[in-house]
Amino acid sequence: MQVQITVNKKPRTDEVEPRQLLVHYLRDTAGLKATNVGCDTTSCGACTVLLDGVSVKSCTVLTAQADGGTVVTVEGLGGTADGGQMHPVQSAFREEHGLQCGFCTPGMVMASVGLLSENPNPTEHEVREGLEGNYCRCTGYHNILRAVLLAAQSPDAGKPEAQVSA
Amino acid sequence: MIPAPFDYVRATSAEHILELMAQHGDEAKLLAGGHSLLPMMKVRLASPTVLIDIASVPELSYVKVDGDDLVIGATTSHATVANSDLIQADAPLLSYAAAQIGDPQIRHRGTIGGSLAHSDPAADLPMTLVALDGTFELLGPSGTRSVKAEDFFIGYFETALEHDEIISAVRVPRRPGVGWGYEKFTRRANDWAIVGIATVAGRVAMANMGSIPARPVATEQALAGGQGIAEAAALAADGIEPAGDMHATTAYRQHLARVLTRRALETAASRNQA
Ligand SMILES: Cc1cc2nc3c(=O)[nH]c(=O)nc-3n(C[C@H](O)[C@H](O)[C@H](O)COP(=O)(O)OP(=O)(O)OC[C@H]3O[C@@H](n4cnc5c(N)ncnc54)[C@H](O)[C@@H]3O)c2cc1C
Ligand code: FES
Ligand code: FES
Repeated sequence: MQVQITVNKKPRTDEVEPRQLLVHYLRDTAGLKATNVGCDTTSCGACTVLLDGVSVKSCTVLTAQADGGTVVTVEGLGGTADGGQMHPVQSAFREEHGLQCGFCTPGMVMASVGLLSENPNPTEHEVREGLEGNYCRCTGYHNILRAVLLAAQSPDAGKPEAQVSA
Repeated sequence: MIPAPFDYVRATSAEHILELMAQHGDEAKLLAGGHSLLPMMKVRLASPTVLIDIASVPELSYVKVDGDDLVIGATTSHATVANSDLIQADAPLLSYAAAQIGDPQIRHRGTIGGSLAHSDPAADLPMTLVALDGTFELLGPSGTRSVKAEDFFIGYFETALEHDEIISAVRVPRRPGVGWGYEKFTRRANDWAIVGIATVAGRVAMANMGSIPARPVATEQALAGGQGIAEAAALAADGIEPAGDMHATTAYRQHLARVLTRRALETAASRNQA
């Protein structure tokens, strides 16, 4: 079937199988390899992207369900794809060292942007609950929490297109 | 893990859903949020050959007031139910229960109608709708019929839905200020209840205490007869024999039912302003 999906601001038209999962569309059809498959069972959140502005686990969404929609992956955040600056959440993860192996990071960052778009000033408890669907097997979460709270100081950290000032 | 091949069709109206169901018959399944169906299809526990996507039918997604009831369209997401001002004011038990489902990403996709039609006894919403004395509107070729939540759930993953019917809406009585309690006992983040309790206005319903949401009749009668919460809650597992599994034995579930019922009833009493 034919689908039309805007991925990281670029409209695309592709021929896909109805059973294709959105995460495979992003990785294999669109060639965007940052979004990871961890558990493949809707648990770990490594595959989290924004679909029509809200966080979803792309291992449990069909490409067909996203037809006509808008997807943002971690490659589409901030301005680095066009030579601009990092997104405030990306920059805060670097600042607070919110990652170790990095496997969970693309999903963790996208879930954080989604959280901050719904709740721009979360408490520490709200960040913990807001990232309940994202597992990290390395960091113990403390630096991730610090990173999200730091990012929240930037007023537009919930907007995918936001950039830190140079 | 990739589902077996199928054809995908997107319905554009409630009438269109019924037409597509008539056309494709038993080979087809409705797809709402896909957060129960797609995981089952990925491990090939289900292999429908046609998926009818109902998620973007505009007339099935809404929250509105209708006299003494709140009416919620079947494809309204768990996140919308959790955050709706109308539901928070008039049926706070329902918005709270929706907020306990899985995690934010799951709540963005999963729908109220999908969860109820799936009829998993461990899920949050079936017991909640039984406690709320909710009613489901079932739309089929000959029109809409209403079924009480407690008559809708028949067994594990089995409901009163006929093969040619859909849930179109969920109706709950408006009860601002009436105390309610909710307890969900889990061992891990974003998980189903090992035992769950929902209570409002003297009605109690339990998750994972059998193949359908269980009503602790002895507890409800004791409360109606004027007994205290501790005495009534001690009867919560009377006559109820849930199966044991890797998470909990039968006896442990019964213990949880008594303890959690007491906590939920105490919270409900402390919240009551009616
Ligand atoms: C990792 C994970 C954790 C979860 N944790 C919880 C939890 O803690 N608590 C909880 O309650 N749930 C939990 N869920 C389930 C979640 O709530 C699902 O969203 C919900 O059960 C199904 O809703 P859906 O819209 O996704 O339905 P779908 O998966 O699209 O459909 C489910 C079934 O219902 C049918 N159907 C859908 N809509 C209708 C309709 N309007 N009329 C008739 N039939 C219909 C479909 O054909 C299908 O058979 C979890 C799911 C996952 C993947
Ligand atoms: S890969 Fe999607 S949630 Fe783990
Ligand atoms: S940094 Fe390794 S899983 Fe999170």
